[in-house]
Amino acid sequence: MNKILLIIQREYLTRVKKKSFIIMTIIGPILMVGLVFAQFWIKMIPEEKQKILVVDESQLFVNKLENSANQTFTYSKNNLAFEKKAFYSTDNNVILYIPANIIDSQKIQIFYKKQPGLDMQDYINAIVGKKLEEMKLLASGVNVNQLASIKTKLNLTTTKIEKSGNLETKDNEVSMALGFIAGILIYIFIFLYGAQVMRGVIEEKTSRIVEVIISSVRPFELMMGKIVGIAMVGLTQFLLWIILSVVGTSLVGNYFIKDDVNVAQVEQTFKTNIPQNDAFKEMSNDKQAEIMDSFFNQVNLPVMLFSFLFYFLGGYLLYGALFAAVGSAVDNEADTQQFMLPLTIPLILSFTLAQNVMTNPESSLAFWLSVFPLTSPIIMMVRIPFGVPYFDLILSMVMLVLGFIGATWISAKIYRTGILMYGKKTSYKELWKWLFYKG
Amino acid sequence: MDIFSASNVVKKYDKHTALDGVSINVKQNSIFGLLGPNGAGKTSLIRIINQITGPDSGELFFNGEKLQQKHIERIGYLPEERGLYKKMEVGEQALYLARLKGLSRQEAVKRLKFWFEKFEITTWWNKKIEELSKGMQQKVQFIVTVLHEPELLILDEPFSGFDPINANLIKNEILELKKKGTSIIFSTHNMSSVEELCDDIALINQSKKILEGSVKDIRKEYRTNTYKVEFTGNFIAFTNAIWTGCELIEKHSEGNSNIATIKLLYDATPNQFLQAIMPHVMVNGLQEIIPSMNDIFIAKVSNQKLSIDSNFTE
Repeated sequence: MNKILLIIQREYLTRVKKKSFIIMTIIGPILMVGLVFAQFWIKMIPEEKQKILVVDESQLFVNKLENSANQTFTYSKNNLAFEKKAFYSTDNNVILYIPANIIDSQKIQIFYKKQPGLDMQDYINAIVGKKLEEMKLLASGVNVNQLASIKTKLNLTTTKIEKSGNLETKDNEVSMALGFIAGILIYIFIFLYGAQVMRGVIEEKTSRIVEVIISSVRPFELMMGKIVGIAMVGLTQFLLWIILSVVGTSLVGNYFIKDDVNVAQVEQTFKTNIPQNDAFKEMSNDKQAEIMDSFFNQVNLPVMLFSFLFYFLGGYLLYGALFAAVGSAVDNEADTQQFMLPLTIPLILSFTLAQNVMTNPESSLAFWLSVFPLTSPIIMMVRIPFGVPYFDLILSMVMLVLGFIGATWISAKIYRTGILMYGKKTSYKELWKWLFYKG
Repeated sequence: MDIFSASNVVKKYDKHTALDGVSINVKQNSIFGLLGPNGAGKTSLIRIINQITGPDSGELFFNGEKLQQKHIERIGYLPEERGLYKKMEVGEQALYLARLKGLSRQEAVKRLKFWFEKFEITTWWNKKIEELSKGMQQKVQFIVTVLHEPELLILDEPFSGFDPINANLIKNEILELKKKGTSIIFSTHNMSSVEELCDDIALINQSKKILEGSVKDIRKEYRTNTYKVEFTGNFIAFTNAIWTGCELIEKHSEGNSNIATIKLLYDATPNQFLQAIMPHVMVNGLQEIIPSMNDIFIAKVSNQKLSIDSNFTE
């Protein structure tokens, strides 16, 4: 036991002392802070206003289209042919052509100098369409008051009836985002540090030191020491990133606000940085407060936090053992390709299917993916905000523990044989045989 | 008393048998040569002694006890394929490896200082391994191997990578360790160093032990009754004089004297041979040619191969 601590210590210290670790630890938060404030900057820079010249042959829309923050409409009294010719002598960005028979044809056209963005096209489409609908309604005899009363803004709340009869209303947009971010973090951690385990094993193998070491400790101790040591390196790095990011963001934030920037604008930027920003934007302040409130009340924070730590470490340990086995089976990193595939496929699959699970958290696909140990660390984190039965959660955790034990057992067998095989290309068939070699 | 013994060790990999019922006994405070051509099974046996792998069957004893994990700290191993962490500093690395063998940090530092001074390499302490030459790395590796003062030292080709001066340094260290009571298993292809250093040997070929015993006894046993005789006088007279009990293998002259290599046949003795030639030539010297370990190695190993080849054609 003492020796495994020594191994963990070495794996940890040699990595933490490396220049690349220190550089990454500093650059990571700078990138994070930079990213946040790059968005902030972009919001602060006033967007170029798009000038839209309306050539309205129907004369139905003159002075009736609402300007937005970025789009302003001006109305031409000339015909289309004239305006087309004059287009480049004006500072108009596009010409919106509304034909005389717009009511029947329902066709409008945009002429442009530079391809207009999708948001502008959408905006024009929506605003002209809306106006057209209103006109049609009015034409069919609906009066203005009726029209106003017909317009509806629906508000949907989802409420769960528990067996006990308690009602629980969930507004889980924030926790959904949190679950998704947790899944991504686990994904990154597994890939980044799993690969480090593999590289460490290859290094020991190619430098031939492995034979010296396993004449002092059991191969299993060396393998586990490496996996645990690197996990601690990863945790250290994440912790430093979080601390430095928070400190950095608040420092830079202070600077910006002191710099006499419109505070409301800053707030707005931060709000829109939260995922689901469209929904958020339209909410009143009351609603936002309600969400924050419901987040703390209804997301079971302890469960979420515990699950995150569990799947974060469990997933890493499971994959770490498998990555170690891959490293032991090859002589250099270029040869790892063929063995990496079975590891990367479930990882990437769970990452891509996370979206699917979010839209359909109760599906059987979601269930099985969140129970299968190779995909559960990411998928379960995505599922948890939607409320997972304790049975599912416990089953998934037990499966992950079993998966970890199984993977470690298999990996240890492959590792033990693999680290002493030099200069031979290994096939899957051989890996299979190694499982049955006696100690 | 044997420091180590193995009896009837069998190790199979898949279809290949690496060791087929091999037994060896390493005497306390001796140097034991483990010999054999490449792929004979030496490395497999060494790995079993180090408990890197286990045998399929057979028994292993360390100092009379069944070989166990706890004995690892009393064994030192210098593998043929050696290496160190390239990016780690010399001192730090040596400390790490010593502590893995069970030394306390303080004790390891103390002993390392002693060895570094002895080898005059104290300035290397903070250098990274990759900054050292191959020979320098080997020195560090040797120190790391012996630092925990093992009772049994296993050296696989210890001289490879050393220049003659450093090879000699290492050789003297090995002899000194033996003097202090260390028992050594020594695996090499260099037969002259076997003759020089080893007390006993075992020769393994194609997974089986085909020869064992003390170097002296083996060389005596493989005597071929061959002698080198130096004389002055007429060569034709010499040839005529040797009677049917003797075979002339080679002859040449060096200045005034002639030198002939002869093999005594049947039960002929050197005395009879001398009596036969003395009336005809003047004998200046007679010396028995004892086969070198190299010759014995080649003869034994290729013999074995021949018999296998003949099996094949049957």
